[in-house]
Amino acid sequence: MTTIEVAGVPVERDSEGFLLHTGQWTSQIATDIASENGIPELTPRHWQVVEFMRERYLATGTAPSIRSLGKESGVPIKELYQLFPKGPAKLAAKIGGIPKPRGCI
Amino acid sequence: MTHRIVILGGGTGGTLVANRLRRRYDEDEATIAVVDKDDRHVYQPGLLFVPFGLADVDEIVKPRHRQLHAGIEFHQTEIDRVVLAEDRVLLSDGATLPYDVLIVATGVTLQPEETEGLTGPGWRERMFTFYDVPGAEQLSRALNDFDGGRMVVNLVDMPIKCPVAPLEFAFLADSYFTERGIRDRVELVYVTPLDGAFTKPVASEHLAGLLSAKGIELVTEFAVGEADGEGGRLVSWDEREVPFDLLVTVPLHGGAPYVERSEGLGDAVGFVPTDPTTLQSLARPNVFALGDATNVPISKAGSVTHFEGETLTENVVRFLAGQELSASYDGHANCFIETGFGKALLIDFNYETEPLPGRFPTAVGPLPLLKESRLNHLGKLMFQWLYWHALLPGRDIPGISPAMSTSGKERLPEPV
Repeated sequence: MTTIEVAGVPVERDSEGFLLHTGQWTSQIATDIASENGIPELTPRHWQVVEFMRERYLATGTAPSIRSLGKESGVPIKELYQLFPKGPAKLAAKIGGIPKPRGCI
Repeated sequence: MTHRIVILGGGTGGTLVANRLRRRYDEDEATIAVVDKDDRHVYQPGLLFVPFGLADVDEIVKPRHRQLHAGIEFHQTEIDRVVLAEDRVLLSDGATLPYDVLIVATGVTLQPEETEGLTGPGWRERMFTFYDVPGAEQLSRALNDFDGGRMVVNLVDMPIKCPVAPLEFAFLADSYFTERGIRDRVELVYVTPLDGAFTKPVASEHLAGLLSAKGIELVTEFAVGEADGEGGRLVSWDEREVPFDLLVTVPLHGGAPYVERSEGLGDAVGFVPTDPTTLQSLARPNVFALGDATNVPISKAGSVTHFEGETLTENVVRFLAGQELSASYDGHANCFIETGFGKALLIDFNYETEPLPGRFPTAVGPLPLLKESRLNHLGKLMFQWLYWHALLPGRDIPGISPAMSTSGKERLPEPV
């Protein structure tokens, strides 16, 4: 577990950098985590995805998979990979302050 | 009053639950109907062996209706849709089945057409899947004709049935080409969208070690956006490329097509949102689901379906009696992993406990966990008999309980 400080408030995260408490999330935290992961600026397209993820997680308790994002967030999969390099679902969840999507094994 | 129980799907889950429920109710207490589009029950773990000539299709396929006990109706037809608001199922042959309890057990549908190019030129010529009977047979011929080059084993994206199967395929291919004396002319590559060989950390490290020991290259975080059969290359969404001469892929999976036509039943890709511990669907209290058809966060695998079956049967009985449901399914899964040359690993895990080294079913063995052994391979072969003669009829398998046991597992320090 690690702690980052955002605007003077300590925020707890797991070893991979996901927030432990979704309720602590703020848009400032999103921006900070994004830049930590090589995204210098969150554009409106980024926000569309992050907000969709958060809403879906808070409503259902599960973070959507990359395929559901491609079908339902309004952003096609190709663009998701451009916006959030490598693992869009994982990175957007991290930026949105929700737990890592459970990889179904 | 006679309860009406309708079960959609006559595969592993539908069959074992139908047989278990038939034993719980006399025929005047409940009618049980099973619906499936065909009468071919495939022992799916057997598909892995078909391409290597280690199993024949007629050994692994039997009539569905013959696996169902007396007093269970079998309807062979496609399902048009479920009308949740009216508690009935519309069948494609025009019949209607009203129900008091509905059980969804229609598994997954392979969706190769969802990946650009995959069903285009080269599909089933140099790009194959062994996840269905025709594919496994075609691949058997292709492997026979293959005498050197670059073979890529891939899964397009999770979730897939039996997530270890593509790894097993790579291991068996290494063994197969070695026995044919041409291993030095074959380049084997394993391409996965995951960040390691597998999802769970301890097993992932173990399996990555095995790939490397067998000279199989591992390419991670590669999410296939396009398969180019003419050019012989996989292209990822972030525009990396992996060339191949022969591709063995596991296509995207979705739910059965009728799920999407049934308002309120499934999610965006056709899986049924289901309570992970009671197996009641979130759609309606009188709808339950098990096996590959659900969205519960554990492997899509026969062992999972088997363990879920016990909880689901109990909960259907409780529901019909107006009692509280039992939240007893813990995500227990186990599977043998073929590693080639007559050996296999065994893993055993649940929602909370990842696969760990140790012994199974208890500390005194006899089967080693996460370790290659001849005995595990024999266990895998023996399981096929147990499947037809104990698991499908709904009998308990001695020593194997639905709840995972931690006895025999070596505890590892919690990650910091």
